[in-house]
Amino acid sequence: MGDDGPRVRTYLLVYVLLLGLLGATTGLAFLDLGGAGAAAALLIAAMKALLVLLFFMHLRGSPRLVWLFAGVGFYWLAILVSLSLSDLLTRPWFSSVLGSRP
Amino acid sequence: MNASFPPTEPYATLEEQRDSATLGMWVFLSAEVVFFGALLLSFVSYRISYPRDFDVASRQTKVALGTLNTGVLLTSSLFMALAVRAARKGERRGTIGWILGTMSLGFGFLAIKAAEYVLEIQDQLFPGPHFYLPGADPGHARLFFLCYFILTSVHALHVTIGLGLLGVLAVRAAWGSLCREKGHQVEIAGLYWHFVDLVWIFLFPLLYLLGRHPPHG
Repeated sequence: MGDDGPRVRTYLLVYVLLLGLLGATTGLAFLDLGGAGAAAALLIAAMKALLVLLFFMHLRGSPRLVWLFAGVGFYWLAILVSLSLSDLLTRPWFSSVLGSRP
Repeated sequence: MNASFPPTEPYATLEEQRDSATLGMWVFLSAEVVFFGALLLSFVSYRISYPRDFDVASRQTKVALGTLNTGVLLTSSLFMALAVRAARKGERRGTIGWILGTMSLGFGFLAIKAAEYVLEIQDQLFPGPHFYLPGADPGHARLFFLCYFILTSVHALHVTIGLGLLGVLAVRAAWGSLCREKGHQVEIAGLYWHFVDLVWIFLFPLLYLLGRHPPHG
């Protein structure tokens, strides 16, 4: 880790990007994008999260061990989400077998 | 301010102590990721099961106040980052100033959130006995607002805890017991504050925005 971390200019740039993404996500929400709307909102949220993690939380420039510790939570969450949604989202495919139970 | 401080007991160097503190905070935050992740996943599961009712319900949230509050929280994160920077450089006044700035935005966030709650309770959207939302299945719409109030209040609790942490640090910085060597404590509190911001970054689109683009215009 550097002594003083990122420069003030870097922080300001990240902040302006975050506000820009906030404007974009709220603006896009009022357009009719169909199913792409939810995907766009989540993609923008992920970009904002990445900016906060890398620059405000100093993951960029942190030792690999910190990356590992920061990553495990997201790793387990990814397993939880992917297994749960792979059930929920594929239920309509098997509705002939399972009946119409929710 | 530049006096050299020895590390506390089990650590050989101050550097080692700082790295351990950072790792410890990330272990805690990883548990928080799974905690909030599980709550959000249950919300998303209900949303997938009852998309139409959840769209109707989420259109009742106050999107202007929500957007404003997201901006307030993002700004507070910038101030927090600048507080950490000042603490690393051993600038006492800068540290106190930026921490107080972060705190006032944190209080602002809670005030706006409280105003939203008041409006929602007036609109009979609190999932209690007086809940009323025409145009949607009452059970499903109530479920949306149950998720909404649980997620946002647990988040607000985290903001409150963060304000407490920052308050203690501001007082200690003012007393002079937060020197450059101990400036790492500001960094640890900063990690927590940014994480609370991170949670809101996902709560905001999921609760306020997704229902705004209905499938038929």
